[in-house]
Amino acid sequence: MADSPLFQALHMEMAHALCADQEKGLGALEGVGFRVGQGLSERLTKEMPSFKDELDVVKFLCKDLWINVFKKQVDNLRTNHQGTYMLQDNQFLPLSRLSNGKQYLEEAPKFLAFTCGLVKGALSNLGFDSTVTAEVTAMPSSKFQVVIQKS
Amino acid sequence: MSRPMNRRQDNHKISRELFVLTYGALVAQLCKDYEKDEDVNKYLDRMGYDIGIRLIEDFLARSAMRKCRSYSETVDVIAQVAFKMYLGITPSVSCSNTTENEFFLMLDNNPLVDFVEELPPGRSSLCYCNLLCGVIRGALEMVHLAAEVTFVQDRLKGDDVTEIGITFPKRLEVKKHKRNK
Repeated sequence: MADSPLFQALHMEMAHALCADQEKGLGALEGVGFRVGQGLSERLTKEMPSFKDELDVVKFLCKDLWINVFKKQVDNLRTNHQGTYMLQDNQFLPLSRLSNGKQYLEEAPKFLAFTCGLVKGALSNLGFDSTVTAEVTAMPSSKFQVVIQKS
Repeated sequence: MSRPMNRRQDNHKISRELFVLTYGALVAQLCKDYEKDEDVNKYLDRMGYDIGIRLIEDFLARSAMRKCRSYSETVDVIAQVAFKMYLGITPSVSCSNTTENEFFLMLDNNPLVDFVEELPPGRSSLCYCNLLCGVIRGALEMVHLAAEVTFVQDRLKGDDVTEIGITFPKRLEVKKHKRNK
């Protein structure tokens, strides 16, 4: 069984400790996620053939990267085929321990910032600049919007 | 594809790599936010402490350990069960000769520094793995054992080995007499 109590514990603690100063904290969390995303995508793609196109890269995020970090794939991927992608995870691991529904909704951003950075970092390592934002309406389901910048 | 056993080992390796990468990224971020090594060290220790006071529950649930009867037994459990469970290594334990309350854990193969060759420039006093000290201290406190936990030697700082020192308060003499009755 894939289990990472140390990572979960570290993620949770980072969300609490770094966000003592909320505004600065979210940026710091995203920064940590960014570095991890770069390193992780580097390691995961070492043995893989190069990607066909942008969509292929995003599918890699939804599958390989997500499984590596959250033990499951993204549940739903949508795109407008013009650089904007929407990744939906209905049982987003970091949130599933918080609540089921609307409770603690205001805490959600702390637990999304790392992942936004993670996605951004992974894409950056693969040659894509992007902005990533996250939205939660009912825990533990989250949506990540990825907009890949045209070079 | 791979046999179930291999997959389990792979998963542990993957989980650990993610933790190691994240830890490194955290240290890098803290170095960005705090100028003084001492401040980063303290921050890591405090975070470790907060993690330790919760992780102990996970540890006790998964290891089903009985209560330890001596400091020595406790440190053995930390080295042979806890470190093995979470980091996949078994540090060797030694005890200070003079007293029975001071122990050292020698970390031969510390996965936390897998991707770290040397300390960043200008960071010669950074205790890179200080989170570990906080975790051990926090976990021990939850089982009613107050201890001082610090790195006494650190390869990243130029020492020959990396060693964590765990110092428990001296036991009162009274207890010895009670046992002899």
